[in-house]
Amino acid sequence: MTRYRVRVDIIPRRGLLNPQGKAVADALHTLGFGGVGSVSIGRHIVIDADAPDERAALHSVREMCERLLANPVTEDFEVASVEPALS
Amino acid sequence: MKFGIVTFPGSNCDYDAYHAVMDVLGETAVYLWHKDHDLQGADVIVLPGGFSYGDYLRAGAIARFSPIMREVVAHASRGGPVLAICNGFQIACEAQLLPGALLRNASLQFISEMVTLRVESTATPFTQEYDPGQLLRLPIAHGEGRYTADTATLDRLEGNGQVVFRYVDAHGTSNLGANPNGSSRHIAGIVNEHRNVLGLMPHPERAMDPLLGSIDGLALFQSLLERVSA
Repeated sequence: MTRYRVRVDIIPRRGLLNPQGKAVADALHTLGFGGVGSVSIGRHIVIDADAPDERAALHSVREMCERLLANPVTEDFEVASVEPALS
Repeated sequence: MKFGIVTFPGSNCDYDAYHAVMDVLGETAVYLWHKDHDLQGADVIVLPGGFSYGDYLRAGAIARFSPIMREVVAHASRGGPVLAICNGFQIACEAQLLPGALLRNASLQFISEMVTLRVESTATPFTQEYDPGQLLRLPIAHGEGRYTADTATLDRLEGNGQVVFRYVDAHGTSNLGANPNGSSRHIAGIVNEHRNVLGLMPHPERAMDPLLGSIDGLALFQSLLERVSA
């Protein structure tokens, strides 16, 4: 068993109103970042978990996303990285 | 008739529901702890409002995996009535007892106020004591009540008469100005296909006594009495 660190992004589904993102986009415009089109705010989750190999770690985290971490009605998820956890 | 009111860590409307059942309706209520596995013979299950598990991750996401929820889902699949109010509505959606999801209010504000609703369907065990199109005044108190589902689901809900309550203005017209949270099609409450699970953001249990400014929630509980004793 190796301990892996898996980073996963939970992203609001495109097309759904994300008022949190809109509030931040408005603030960025106020700060002069005129190029900002849209902002959407989701969640970044870091999981340290033991698994026999990287593939198994990924498989397990995907299942966690499907069952709990992401809402299939409103959110998508993407595994951002997987690497051995150093500490 | 016996109401089983589920208490999750962070539930805060369980006592309101208990009071509504015991003191206003004069029926029996029991609290069901989230770790229990037994519904204690309750005829109706109430998933009350609050902030179960601090609403960490998403509102209702963690509560749906509480041990008691396995029994609640079994009760619902046997056709037993489940009344899911506010946080309970969020939990019922997460548990897939109801379709769709509840997102952050479009205004980003937590809103605590009286709203006007129109009864869209009286063909449910929760609304048979209302008149079709009747306007109700009920309180809301939520930050994440924006009901959302994909277009096909919304069309199906409308087509099957599963939209039970809609936010309207004082004249009974649904419009953006009367919709406190930006919900799809101004939806405030829906039932499942079998009409035995009702989820709604407003609080009928807090509108049972003239002292609280409205008694429009009373007929919802009386509807359930009619159904079960019938």
